[in-house]
Amino acid sequence: MDNAIEVRDLVVERGRRRVLHGITCTIPRGSVTGLLGPSGSGKTTLIRAIVGVQFVRSGAVTVLGRPAGSAPLRRELGYVTQAPSVYADLSVRENARYFATLLGLHAAEADRAIADVGLSGARHQLVGNLSGGQRSRASLACAMIGEPKLLVLDEPTVGQDPVLRADLWGRFHELADAGTTLLVSSHVMDEAGRCDRLLLIREGRLIGDDTPAAIRASAGTDDLEEAFLRLIREQEKVAA
Amino acid sequence: MSARITFATAARVLRQLRHDRRTVALLIVVPALLLALLYFMYDGAGGTFDRIALIMLGVFPFVIMFLVTSIAMLRERTTGTLERLLTTPLGKIDLLFGYGLAFGLAAAVQGAVATGAAYWLLGLETRGSAGLVVLIAVVNAVLGVALGLFCSAFARTEFQAVQFLPVVVVPQLLLCGLFVARGQMAGWLEGISDALPLTYAVDALAQVGVSADPTTTMWRDLVIVAGATVVALVLAAATLRRRTP
Repeated sequence: MDNAIEVRDLVVERGRRRVLHGITCTIPRGSVTGLLGPSGSGKTTLIRAIVGVQFVRSGAVTVLGRPAGSAPLRRELGYVTQAPSVYADLSVRENARYFATLLGLHAAEADRAIADVGLSGARHQLVGNLSGGQRSRASLACAMIGEPKLLVLDEPTVGQDPVLRADLWGRFHELADAGTTLLVSSHVMDEAGRCDRLLLIREGRLIGDDTPAAIRASAGTDDLEEAFLRLIREQEKVAA
Repeated sequence: MSARITFATAARVLRQLRHDRRTVALLIVVPALLLALLYFMYDGAGGTFDRIALIMLGVFPFVIMFLVTSIAMLRERTTGTLERLLTTPLGKIDLLFGYGLAFGLAAAVQGAVATGAAYWLLGLETRGSAGLVVLIAVVNAVLGVALGLFCSAFARTEFQAVQFLPVVVVPQLLLCGLFVARGQMAGWLEGISDALPLTYAVDALAQVGVSADPTTTMWRDLVIVAGATVVALVLAAATLRRRTP
């Protein structure tokens, strides 16, 4: 099995609105895949379908060889929601230790995850007293505990200091080299270049699925932002 | 269901509570203060104070834990921690029992303080033992927790969640026999009263007031309250969905 995630003809409706219009893609194991697209394009919905918390209209999502959301996957998957989902009235360490216990892991694993996101100095602080960037790193730490096989991160680097952001991307690649698959969503194009593969999504449709180099080459520009724009124009031409 | 996860969840809820000192102080002190208020209101009418204070020892934990739990659970839903928890090995029952255990323990402390104050400081007198009063208070509190967990599913905001207090709690309070004896109510009201769990909790406390030893009726009442708690927990579990639209 080379693919950590396989999505086939995925259609999702929220209310009466169709949010994803038949998405098909695969995400290879041990890679960092960027899910890029403007806000409202369906990134979070696709992520929710992959972690198995989204009702889907039709199509199939297979994660690590099992249907998305099946019970054995819950030990193998780390998920960071867009808004930091940690307890504001607990300290960073108490949060991390609680999530470690849910996985049957020791406190030491929790402390390591806190160190990995650079929060050791703030581990005794209440999450509610942290800055926005620190809070999302606390949330990230809770997902990284025990090195899950798949890490799904919804905009984890928003509001981070550039140096820290570089550190986090370094850590993501270390994890990928050790075999973890990462799916990282972002609406910031300058992060796209740091990914092994890119999924470009717009208005619930996949408009690009390749390595950053191949996307640059096919669009004929070095600038990924510009490449994204050209892909959109091409699609619109085809549609018209 | 996993004992490790259930206990970890209960410990986590208690830790959250511990960081919120003001809430802890309010939880522990307010019932005793309200009882003192009753004491001064019924000054000189010992029998009336005994009857009402006894019932209030059961009513306060029910109301307070209902409110605290529905807000706590609503926060889990709105901050995304619930969605995250449901992607981990945590089972729905682990979460619900964790909450029940944590707030049940908090209620035991609250009940012990309020009961202690009522007997020693305010001169409450009952035929039955104070220990039974605390036991009934804790069972009531857990009923409040279970109903709070269930009701939080129907609220999207904190404003909505607190509105469930008048909807769920106040009718039970009005019809439990405290204001009008159940026998004197219109038949259909008594019928409704029969279907409400708080009625049995209040009846159990009244039994402790009048008889030295625990009566069969008291145990039956307590079993009914516990049964209603289990039903509410099962309903609450049904409202926890791993997949949402």
